[in-house]
Amino acid sequence: MQTLIQNLIASGTFGRNPPYGLVAAIVEFVLGAVVFLGVALPFAGIVTWLERRVWARIQSRVGPNRVGPQGFLQWLADGIKGICKEDLIPAEADAPLFKLAPYLVMLAFILPWSVMPFSSSLILADLNVGILFFTAVTALTVVGVLMAGWSSNDKWSLIGGIRSAAQIVSYEIPAGLSIFPVVLMTGTLSMQGIIRAQGWSPQHWFLFANPFTFVAANILFISALAEGNRTPFDLPEAESELVAGFATEYSGMRYTFFFMAEWGNLFLVGALIVTLFLGGWRFPHMSNSPVVMNILELITFNVKVLAVVFLSMWIRGTLPRVRIDQLMTLCWKYFVPISFADMIGTAVWVAIWPDGNAFMGYLMFAAGVVIIAMFIRRVVFYARRSKMELYFHPTI
Amino acid sequence: MGAFGSYVQNIKDTVTTIFEGMAVTASHFVRRPYTVQYPDRMPVRVQDTLPFRYRGILEVDLEICTGCLACERACPIDCIVIACEKDPKTRAMTISQFDIDIAKCMYCGLCSEPCPTGSIHHTTEFEGADYSLESLIRRFVPEPVQAYKPKKGPETDPRIAPILNRGMRYINEFAQPGGEKPAEEEPEA
Repeated sequence: MQTLIQNLIASGTFGRNPPYGLVAAIVEFVLGAVVFLGVALPFAGIVTWLERRVWARIQSRVGPNRVGPQGFLQWLADGIKGICKEDLIPAEADAPLFKLAPYLVMLAFILPWSVMPFSSSLILADLNVGILFFTAVTALTVVGVLMAGWSSNDKWSLIGGIRSAAQIVSYEIPAGLSIFPVVLMTGTLSMQGIIRAQGWSPQHWFLFANPFTFVAANILFISALAEGNRTPFDLPEAESELVAGFATEYSGMRYTFFFMAEWGNLFLVGALIVTLFLGGWRFPHMSNSPVVMNILELITFNVKVLAVVFLSMWIRGTLPRVRIDQLMTLCWKYFVPISFADMIGTAVWVAIWPDGNAFMGYLMFAAGVVIIAMFIRRVVFYARRSKMELYFHPTI
Repeated sequence: MGAFGSYVQNIKDTVTTIFEGMAVTASHFVRRPYTVQYPDRMPVRVQDTLPFRYRGILEVDLEICTGCLACERACPIDCIVIACEKDPKTRAMTISQFDIDIAKCMYCGLCSEPCPTGSIHHTTEFEGADYSLESLIRRFVPEPVQAYKPKKGPETDPRIAPILNRGMRYINEFAQPGGEKPAEEEPEA
């Protein structure tokens, strides 16, 4: 970032001797707008279409396939419709808070993109406390959600908002504790620093570094799903009990904002897991040109993130919603103690092998391959048992 | 099993059942979806896959209509309106109006049972949506036509014979709803 700004100043794009702060502000503003409008919003839209298609296939349906090729433009149609609809504010609602709430949720969705490590140079701000910033600003959602629930002046909204707040605050603890093992192993909180400490090949990822990080990765993933109000933890929006939870009274653009943030959060979940445990943008050195390397790294990062996003869609299509007491039991009785044990285990591991244990990496990676092979065997078993016509094409 | 044992057992159950559940849903990724993409992305039109006796929108083959008014009398809701005059000298029937109000019709099939030639019959067509009730009235007689006169012996006119054959087959099928004597099958998908 600094080099880019210095290059711009040196090349005279902004005239002679421009103030450094002004140029920096303009560049950050433009880049931020590009990242937000060009990546975050389209991703949040496209992922709704993708999720509906994936979900449909799990349920032996087709899903939206009429708007554009394979229904790809469905998100655009839905978004335009949502924005054009009437923005209704209930008479008994607390209007200023009601209007403000979706923007706070949106803010919590936008801010983490500033520390998103797309590649070795494509990062808006490589903060030295990047991962802390990431978790801190995503927790802002709770303010917006609670505000929406309270200001709607409606029982469903209030219960939904409070449930969401309880859920997000509870799951912050195992999520935070599961980031700890990685921080212990790398000694840095910077996103780029954590990625640089891993290698491009799977046995050098922190997912396989030792058994404790493997458990931590799983706990972090599940906690992140719970924080993003995803099924099986979508209690705040449980249709059968709470209509649409905190979003019950919302319509039009504000409703679209809530759901844009919710779907977009999937990318954040994926990026968090990929950065911490799946090697981020690391790619083998293949070219001396920084442009080529950056493009390859960008593709690697996005493919990994999409794989994690796909996994969360798949989980959403598989598991039923848990009860509220089961949700809290899972968090406080299982995740919190296990992640504490995990943290201590990693600390001991780092004390014994300060530079990591290469053999363990290979062993864990081999174990992962075995588990995937077992899984594929079960999939083949179920596909055979159904005695149905097989169809391997992703499109129909 | 102590408290710790059941704690570990719970974790084990969770992991293994989720593993199996994910395998079941993953197997659905390689199955062909059940969805029938009506109406435009079908290998065959739905109308062509329906059975011969399907009670769709009524149709009249005017070439074999005798003008006997049996269907008009049979209709319980009077959705059929026929106007025909008999010439007193030549004893020839002239049909000047044959309207069926599809909006009223309840597809009971009572009109097609008494028809002597199978002229009035249900088709497999069922897409009746329209913009006004008036346009749902099917008018089968644009200008007055001579009614059909059944001949003794088989029909010889090559234009009318296939229509009459179809009509008789339709009546026979109605007479035997069990389908004990299935007529030749309609082309099915």
